[in-house]
Amino acid sequence: MRNFEKFLRSRFAAALIAVLVGFAISAIVLAAAGYNPIGSFGALFNGAFGKPKYIANVFIKATPILLTGVSVAFAFKTGLFNIGAEGQYILGSTLATIVGVKLALPMPLQVPLVLAAGILGGAALGAFVGWLKAKFGIHEVITSIMCNWISFYLCNFIVMSDAFHKPNSTSALQVNGSSYTMILGNWKKSEAGKEFLSNIHWLREILLKTDLNYGFIIAIVVAIAASLVLNRTKLGYELRAVGFNRDAARFSGISVERNIILSMLIAGGISGLAGALTITGISPHTITLLAAMESYGFNGMSVAFIAGCAPIGCIPSAILFSSLIYGGMSVQQVMGAPSDIISIMIGTIVFFTALPGVTGMIADAIAKKRKAKEALKEAVKEA
Amino acid sequence: MEASPEYAVQMHGILKTFGAFTALDHVDLDVKKQTVHAILGENGAGKTTLMNILYGLYQADEGDIFMGGEKVNITSPTDAIKHGIGMVHQHFMLVENFTVTENIILGDEVCGAAGVLDMGRARKEVMELVDEYGFDVDPDAKIEDITVGMQQRVEILKALYRGAEVLILDEPTAVLTPQEIDKLIEIMHDLIAKGKTIIIITHKLREIMQSADECSIIRRGVYMGTVNVKESNETELASKMVGRNVNLTVEKTPAHPGETVLSIRDLTVKDDRGIEQVRGLNLDIRAGEIVGIAGIDGNGQQELVDAITNIVKAESGSIKINGQEIVNTTPRTTFLNKIATIPSDRHRWGLVLPFAVSENSVLERHTEDTFGEGIKLDYNKMHDYTTKLIEEFDIRPSGCEDERMSGLSGGNQQKAIIARMVTSSPNLLIAFQPTRGLDVGAIEFVHKTLIAERDRGAAILLISFELDEVMDVSDTIAVIYHGQIAGTFAQGTVDENQLGLLMAGGEAK
Ligand SMILES: Nc1ncnc2c1ncn2[C@@H]1O[C@H](COP(=O)(O)OP(=O)(O)OP(=O)(O)O)[C@@H](O)[C@H]1O
Ligand SMILES: [Mg+2]
Repeated sequence: MRNFEKFLRSRFAAALIAVLVGFAISAIVLAAAGYNPIGSFGALFNGAFGKPKYIANVFIKATPILLTGVSVAFAFKTGLFNIGAEGQYILGSTLATIVGVKLALPMPLQVPLVLAAGILGGAALGAFVGWLKAKFGIHEVITSIMCNWISFYLCNFIVMSDAFHKPNSTSALQVNGSSYTMILGNWKKSEAGKEFLSNIHWLREILLKTDLNYGFIIAIVVAIAASLVLNRTKLGYELRAVGFNRDAARFSGISVERNIILSMLIAGGISGLAGALTITGISPHTITLLAAMESYGFNGMSVAFIAGCAPIGCIPSAILFSSLIYGGMSVQQVMGAPSDIISIMIGTIVFFTALPGVTGMIADAIAKKRKAKEALKEAVKEA
Repeated sequence: MEASPEYAVQMHGILKTFGAFTALDHVDLDVKKQTVHAILGENGAGKTTLMNILYGLYQADEGDIFMGGEKVNITSPTDAIKHGIGMVHQHFMLVENFTVTENIILGDEVCGAAGVLDMGRARKEVMELVDEYGFDVDPDAKIEDITVGMQQRVEILKALYRGAEVLILDEPTAVLTPQEIDKLIEIMHDLIAKGKTIIIITHKLREIMQSADECSIIRRGVYMGTVNVKESNETELASKMVGRNVNLTVEKTPAHPGETVLSIRDLTVKDDRGIEQVRGLNLDIRAGEIVGIAGIDGNGQQELVDAITNIVKAESGSIKINGQEIVNTTPRTTFLNKIATIPSDRHRWGLVLPFAVSENSVLERHTEDTFGEGIKLDYNKMHDYTTKLIEEFDIRPSGCEDERMSGLSGGNQQKAIIARMVTSSPNLLIAFQPTRGLDVGAIEFVHKTLIAERDRGAAILLISFELDEVMDVSDTIAVIYHGQIAGTFAQGTVDENQLGLLMAGGEAK
């Protein structure tokens, strides 16, 4: 029982309970709307994990939101609210496309350069927001939202510009093939590859039918690195000190301005990398005309908050999130239930993770009961 | 003791644990109606915790609360207020840009028809209260524009407005000037005369002697008994509380000052509203000397420290440390020139409360290779280093390296800052209100530490609003008035009256 109490006080329990409550509430909504909840959840699970191909897609879709999630989480741990992950993502993908289209170097040079362009774009945008906050005290939320729109229209401008527009389409030109980061990208399309894969059904499914790429592995490395930087380096120490108490940090000789800019720069770079990896990893390997925000940044916020803003926690959180989104499409197909149900579910989960005290309160109640029982036992013994 | 109607509040057998740590071990408290009841105990003894339980902020694991002989169940501040309990916290909970009236009615608004806020009536009710108790506050002033003493009266009014019969004051005098303390004691006696009951937590024995009828003592979470203040004295209270004899006078050998370490010339500093607070100040401190600045709060002490620590820019003048000019550089330069500062507002300037104790203990020094080479921060080394500080400076509870700083009691937080500052072996140690909120045992410790640092050869700048402290600890006493040094005296060559006169802007005889 004590172990259970301890478990309840952990951050993991808070997330788990939020997820369960999210499912429960969605079940009620589903039932109220006349759909069988069990069947719907079955369809959801099947749609996310039913075939190797689906699983691969879950990971592909988890990649960008894992990175934007880490970006939001990183900034949050240093006292900043990076609502600009969206814009940083867009600028990252735009710059990656520009470099990827213009350069045609061998892959070992091309890929790092394209990714670096994306990171640079996001980092520059983040640093700009940080600079505005550090120098002029303008709140990062306001400037981030403005920067989101600047990136948005800049992206559309590039798509339609003469230098990059692909004729008769709504997209820009594709990046050069040497920028691609798909797993076994060339081999799987070669004769030998096709031959080999024709015997192994599941491998053929995930390699040939999806854009399985190295993005997710890179994202995991970034999540771990972000966590290490925050918790095991002098830089992370300073960033967190500034986040928690600016005055005390300044008093002890830490440069508040520098650290605010640095934090936003790093967070922006991570989101920019997310954008670049989408370009290198997933077809159509270019940017397209945006009609509305793509929500990578905003979904990243949900990922981060479900994870309690722990960068490593973003890994399971992003997988959960993308399986809900991806599997949710099947709910619509199989059950005819509106995919809005999935949005409600995600909303509920985020909402309940925002109430971290709940599980702690349950633990307190159990502890109280246990202590009362122990006291009673002792009293009986004495008597 | 039996529950009886004679008592306003009785707390019996209160047990409170935080994890494995027992903060209160079956503590009893019996407060007679219409008395001032003081609670005395060392830092971390559990006084605030006990009062938080009475006010419903914490729940006791065991124990009962009685009011007027009846058992009551208090599980939230709302319950406490319903039972006529009001609490004034050490850190005020007022909305800065609201008026006094708005703050008082906040959460208990007077509403007219259709739930519309009736400010006219609210203001009238507040005025009546102010008149009834003879408080000197303007109901229309904004909180940010009134003094700390007045803010505290607003907090008391807030409790009275909600019908408090029992008033808890947690270290109410820690932030007050001596004049404001006298006024508060007057107010307390007045409230008693009007039928209220007051529980006061304070570390200042003299205040207990002046204001309280009874005093309950808690030592490390254990109830040690209640004494009748009239039949006791300061020394007895102190030794009862600490469990050993405490030396209430400061013992030190004569100073042997060396070279000048700090030299300030024609320093002028403005505050954040642009008003000159330090006006051409000159000051010298030599190695191995404690210079104490006596003065009433608001005469430029804060700005003087801010300028030396480079938190604000000086308008003009020079600050030299061992001949090196540091005026208008950075806090980092200040630190690298071996100046360490114990700030007056520890929560704001001194600590990162959500950080662990060990993380706090390396602020300033985290860049050193001792705590990890290159970019790495070595938490094991930080931990070991902190263990040493905890032992050396008796920071409680021992073994708190990985606990959050916010979980430590106020006094132990202060010890953690002092430990951090002293271990950097500074050339100049600035101690700004270093004993604020500390118990007498800890005060003795701080004073001894300051003197030990002096004897090591450091120059010490002690700034305190408590005249006794300045007079007892300093080798040289300087009076600050209106942003200038109004007079400098060797210890023992000046008395309280002369200093008081200078502090108030008079002429010394
Ligand atoms: N929320 C908490 N979590 C963990 N420990 C706590 C918490 N609150 C208080 N404590 C511990 O309980 C003990 C008593 O703390 P409390 O604040 O009541 O002391 P105090 O007597 O008011 O001291 P001071 O005079 O320094 O204010 C301390 O050791 C403190 O570290
Ligand atoms: Mg306290």
